[in-house]
Amino acid sequence: MRAPPSGVVGPLASAPRAERRVGESTRVLALAWKDVLVEARTRANFGAVVAFAALMLVLFGFALGPDQEALTQAAAGVLWITVIFSSVLAFGRAYQFELEDGALDVLLLYPGDRRSLFLGKFLGALAFVLAVEAAVVPMAGVLYRLPILGALGRLVPILALGTVGVVALGTFYAGMASRVRAREVLLPLLLFPMLAPLVIAAVKGTHVALVGDPVAAQVNWLGLLAGFDAIFLAAAYLLFGAVLED
Amino acid sequence: MISVTPPVPAAPKPLRALALRGVARRFERNWALRGVDLDVAPGEAVALAGPNGSGKTTLLRVAATLLRPTRGGGAVFGHDLVADAEAARARVGLLAHRTGLYEDLTPFQNLAFASRMLGLGLDRPRIDAMLERVALSDAAHRRVRGLSSGMRRRLALGRLLLAPPALLLLDEPFASFDAAGLELLESVARDVSAGGGSVLVATHDLERAARIVDRTVWLEEGRIAARPEAEGASPGVPRLVGR
Repeated sequence: MRAPPSGVVGPLASAPRAERRVGESTRVLALAWKDVLVEARTRANFGAVVAFAALMLVLFGFALGPDQEALTQAAAGVLWITVIFSSVLAFGRAYQFELEDGALDVLLLYPGDRRSLFLGKFLGALAFVLAVEAAVVPMAGVLYRLPILGALGRLVPILALGTVGVVALGTFYAGMASRVRAREVLLPLLLFPMLAPLVIAAVKGTHVALVGDPVAAQVNWLGLLAGFDAIFLAAAYLLFGAVLED
Repeated sequence: MISVTPPVPAAPKPLRALALRGVARRFERNWALRGVDLDVAPGEAVALAGPNGSGKTTLLRVAATLLRPTRGGGAVFGHDLVADAEAARARVGLLAHRTGLYEDLTPFQNLAFASRMLGLGLDRPRIDAMLERVALSDAAHRRVRGLSSGMRRRLALGRLLLAPPALLLLDEPFASFDAAGLELLESVARDVSAGGGSVLVATHDLERAARIVDRTVWLEEGRIAARPEAEGASPGVPRLVGR
């Protein structure tokens, strides 16, 4: 015989779980803020990624040798490869703590548009990668003796637009890879080929910003990067709901 | 002149909290569900019993819109599980094996995040009241990582209750709750039914489930079946009914 109710939960009928008081943008920001908060409370990951990036810069420096001209010519490429490799660690991590105790299922069960989850994850990862860049770019400037300060006005827009594209695709493919066992291997295999056009534009634009290149400067690299960003963001946003389905 | 009898309006179909029709779900080569028909009426609480691997968890995940059925379909309060998944999902709450908590955040931060994701904004009074209700006020600002298993289960239940669902799905809920958590869980399940919502609980513990459910459905090898030992069921265990 069932015991009588105690009144902890009020009448439900068939109503939705919560009467919405806030819009999707609040959910997007809540998810981004949560990811930043989790990262902030486990600072070891950020430190490890920055240390990894520093190590890459040093190793590339050894590989290129002491020739300043060679270092300067290769700096933009080295910088972007370092940022992308470091970002892959961040993308995997962003889903790792959703998988640890089944939090991804809880996330998927919240009422609302699942595509908002992409935007939240994207903003959280963007904050992380920009913070890594804030540490890596000055390091590259010192190690490769680059005129970072003088080129800052030209460099920041290129870095920002390039990073948006990298993070958009990274967030999308990390979500896709989170559903399979070999996710650590699968993520770079999916991501790197798709990043090729964006990396070319970002490296060329960064090279122009750092050392100038009269031929390369004829191309509107910022416009190209903005175009890639728009395409990647729109495609990832539209397809993300399907990607998360089991 | 031919007299035409005015059409008799069809009687409206009774709204089901959960209606599954021929639901089958395959994982690679294995069929976890093989054509399940199940109705749960508003206000009804149903236990889903069966041996390990019989498809209980898969059935709950299909009802929660976490899994698409490979064949067949269903609806939650009239909202199709696939075509109208967002509306169906807005009426469902699932308490699963795993708590889905963020271990590096505190109970307060976990509930604050849930409150925002549920569309409630940061409702501090509601969060504080919920922490008190699940007896976690003293641990509100400690990391979840340091809480006991029972405390985590209570916190997960508190997260669910921030916005109580009309269809409450419980997956083996009696295994890891402490005594206070079990009491709260039972009162919540009864209240959901009393409020016009419904409860579907997958469990092996039919004795305890009997305290909250109206009937039990037996699942075996992905199909609803008659329980072989139904005749000898313990007193107090609700009657076993398919569909």
